[in-house]
Amino acid sequence: MKLWNKLMCYSRRHSPWLFHMNSGSCNGCDIEIVAGLSPRYDAEQLGVRLEGSPRHADILCITGPVTKNSVNAIKTVYDQVLGPKAVIAIGSCPATTNVFIDSRTLAGPLQKHIPVDVFVPGCPPRPDAIIQGVAKAAEILAERAMNPHVTEIVIAAVPDEVQP
Amino acid sequence: MNWIHDLVTPLARMLIFPGLLFAVPAAWFILWVERKAVALMQGRVGPPFMQPFFDFIKLLGKSTPPRSGIAGMLMRAWPLIAVASAAGAVGLLPVLPSSGGFEGDLILLLALLEMPSMCIIAAGFSSRSIFGEIGSAREAVLSVAYNVVFLLAIVSIAASQHTFRLEALAALPASPLRWLGIAALLVCLPAKLHLNPFSLPNAEQEIYSGPMVEYAGPELAMWELSHGLEWVAATGLVATLAAPYIAIWWLAAIVFVALSFAIVLLLSALASATARLAIDTTVRFYWQCTLIFAVLAISSALFMRFRS
Repeated sequence: MKLWNKLMCYSRRHSPWLFHMNSGSCNGCDIEIVAGLSPRYDAEQLGVRLEGSPRHADILCITGPVTKNSVNAIKTVYDQVLGPKAVIAIGSCPATTNVFIDSRTLAGPLQKHIPVDVFVPGCPPRPDAIIQGVAKAAEILAERAMNPHVTEIVIAAVPDEVQP
Repeated sequence: MNWIHDLVTPLARMLIFPGLLFAVPAAWFILWVERKAVALMQGRVGPPFMQPFFDFIKLLGKSTPPRSGIAGMLMRAWPLIAVASAAGAVGLLPVLPSSGGFEGDLILLLALLEMPSMCIIAAGFSSRSIFGEIGSAREAVLSVAYNVVFLLAIVSIAASQHTFRLEALAALPASPLRWLGIAALLVCLPAKLHLNPFSLPNAEQEIYSGPMVEYAGPELAMWELSHGLEWVAATGLVATLAAPYIAIWWLAAIVFVALSFAIVLLLSALASATARLAIDTTVRFYWQCTLIFAVLAISSALFMRFRS
């Protein structure tokens, strides 16, 4: 049983499947997510797969400042991702609503509506920061296999000296 | 002691080689080769070697959505039926030359190979998702398109060699007509395995992976496994038909594995080099271009049969 748990943790860390959702983003972060899967950054080395259905996914990647129209959709999609699951807020918008702060069309930030595990700040964040955020979220997933109530929030950022 | 032999040999074929113990790791390996080949052709490094295994274990550990009623029970049953029939098809392959007991024929193998595709169609419709229904409808149309050519090719091979028995087909030397049939089978394989020029039913960008859209966790793991086993069975069928007859069992096994691997590489390269075709183009391809060769193969096979 212990061996099986270890294997499960290891597998969860090595096969994060993403579902990407746009909650009113300007498309900057969305492009950077796709760039993370491109030949230059190649997130598939970590086992990352961008899935079409939230049912298949482990990690929900949300971009955008959460407009009022998108709140219900975000909650529905969050419920459709089956546990154990993690949420990554990609970019500054879902974290703070960024330059759109105090807009009357917004219901953000994201954390008011669903629990967020990893924040990847940036406007837009670099693809390597997004990949690091995914790796951290995968570690959180693996911890959740043992302890379902891990709630520590992680901020993923790549230090300047690592960036090209 | 004869009955022990009769009992043990088919069991060993079903469970060890080319059955489950060989087929499941081979399925994972083939799924990895498929992804790795695409990655290499795009100039990427690609997933690590154990990736399909990790995906499978991870999916086993996820929860499934609650399903109620007959539709829910059916939705749980389809992936299991698909895995069982694909594994049965692999177990029937006459890889090793001398074996007693139960010997299936080509018709049983074809029926088992067709079952996963039927299960995919049924699963999409019982999921009641609009994307699942579109995917299932596409799968049904695709299956009508390629199956005519596939079955004609199989019948032409059987007619040219005067037998439907797998053992006899594997033992007979390949005639030129059989090569024509094998070529027709190879043309059908990308559609049967939902590979790229004909990957309509599970098109991620258009219909969110089609019939599998509502599946999650262990059920999705079973679909992945059944897809891998279908790979092993379909490439194995072509490999056994194309392989020369070898009496030494270990050499026969090695030739079988090498030929299957070559076919997998060929199909993966084709999948990564091509883009998805629309459904009407696919149907036209199979009904107009490929059917001619299949009809040619079967008519010449029948003609030779009546002459001899």
